[in-house]
Amino acid sequence: MSEVRRVYMDNSATTPVDPEVKEEMMRFFSEEYGNASQMYSLGQNANVALILARERVASLIGAKSTNEIIFNSGGTEGDNTALKGIVLNRKNEKKHLITSEIEHPAILNTSKYLEKSGIKVTYLPVDEFGLVSLEDLKNAITKETALVSIMHANNEIGTIEPIKEMAEITHDAGAVFHTDAVQTVGKIPVDVEELGVDLLSISSHKLYGPKGVGVLYKKQGTRLEPLMHGGGHEKGFRSGTENISGIVGLGKAAELAEKHLPQEQAKLTKMRDKLIDQFLKVKDTRLNGHRTKRLPHNANISFKYVEGEAMILRLDAQGIYASTGSACSTKKLSASHVLLAIGLRPEIAHGSLRLTLGRWTTDDDIDYTLKVVPEVVKDLREMSAYRKDTEEFVMSLKDEGHDDH
Amino acid sequence: MLYSKKVMEHFSKPQNVGLIEDADGRGIVGNPVCGDTMEITIKVKDDKIEDIKFRTFGCASAIATSSMTTVMAKGKTLVEGLAMTRDDVANELQGLPSHKMHCSNLAVDALHKAIEDYQKKKNEK
Repeated sequence: MSEVRRVYMDNSATTPVDPEVKEEMMRFFSEEYGNASQMYSLGQNANVALILARERVASLIGAKSTNEIIFNSGGTEGDNTALKGIVLNRKNEKKHLITSEIEHPAILNTSKYLEKSGIKVTYLPVDEFGLVSLEDLKNAITKETALVSIMHANNEIGTIEPIKEMAEITHDAGAVFHTDAVQTVGKIPVDVEELGVDLLSISSHKLYGPKGVGVLYKKQGTRLEPLMHGGGHEKGFRSGTENISGIVGLGKAAELAEKHLPQEQAKLTKMRDKLIDQFLKVKDTRLNGHRTKRLPHNANISFKYVEGEAMILRLDAQGIYASTGSACSTKKLSASHVLLAIGLRPEIAHGSLRLTLGRWTTDDDIDYTLKVVPEVVKDLREMSAYRKDTEEFVMSLKDEGHDDH
Repeated sequence: MLYSKKVMEHFSKPQNVGLIEDADGRGIVGNPVCGDTMEITIKVKDDKIEDIKFRTFGCASAIATSSMTTVMAKGKTLVEGLAMTRDDVANELQGLPSHKMHCSNLAVDALHKAIEDYQKKKNEK
């Protein structure tokens, strides 16, 4: 049997750990296993590693002080801490939170949870490209607003939001600004000072670091309640013995990201554009997200008359790993909230394909993908009951569906 | 793997794909929840399903259940075809994930509709 080619096109889901990262981590399992809180040398070796990792992350995002870096377990914890930590801290003065309809579930479900405890939440809509409108934010924000949380770039459609402008509007109204930057850190330049954010979430495993570790950047002076209480680690904002090996890995990943970012951004943008341009030549396709205000490694295309899960599994059989916003790929059987928010009809969201490139994507991978995807689409279209001549029937189904709710 | 070996077999190499141009009966059904759509056409001779083809817009499970439905229905009498249930199809596929059970519902419904369409046309003659 010939070996099936492996083409990983799902780098927004997770990334492989860079071998250099892994190598640096290994020492901190069974050799340098000390607890960084201890005075003796073994403990202090761990502490030194922690300091270095903090410096590397601070440097990558342009933080003024390493005190602003709070290590945690990843993006979900960062998002939870930002929302609950700010709202809890101000619950006697301000009871309003603003976010957007296209946020990651870590933000959306935390917001829904806070609503249950009496917090008012405004979910800002987005336009057809996935952009939040500054006017909408201005209209929604009040003196009651404690926090505004808008993602830096969307994980599904890759749209990059106008964070700097939104942070300004937020500060003018006396509120705190948080951004979920899980998809942008290491992929495009992220400077917390230039963006003007108070809080920013980072996940290690999206930038070639290990899973289970991340950072919440907290601008000095921002009042926040911790989620974890205990031994007072991370300046009291995140108790629990530090995950030294993970943090070392994230630190190394941050250093590599800073080093490689300019070339990688250019390389991936070129590859992304080739994918998008070629796919749009296939009949009945559309690009989801913004053409230019877009993550360099994200291509999200809807192929009409094709269902995403079938596409993903057919691609898997040919060694290509990708993802979809199709309802069928989820247990809830509802299409991606992001694709619906940009105005796609469910049957078009059904046929969406997200390809996210990474550090080791090659030109050959792109060519192979460009060869295989149209073949799979053609094959599935040939067997599809949804065609131009059945369009009316399929549309009538959707209308019944809305009545069902 | 989410799916059984049998489901993957029928998804990867679906049987009886297409449309019978001069069909005796045609059934099309869709699921408003997930948007899946299935179309079955049949050719009938001596009250038996002589030929059957399907077209499906849907997930791997929807494609596999359609394929299996056509395989099972081929050669059956119309009465036997009408008696086929979603469970029959799911069992023949070595089971389906619980949230995908509605997919098998669709294929059998399309088959039933195709048979009813044939009977209606015959009665009109």
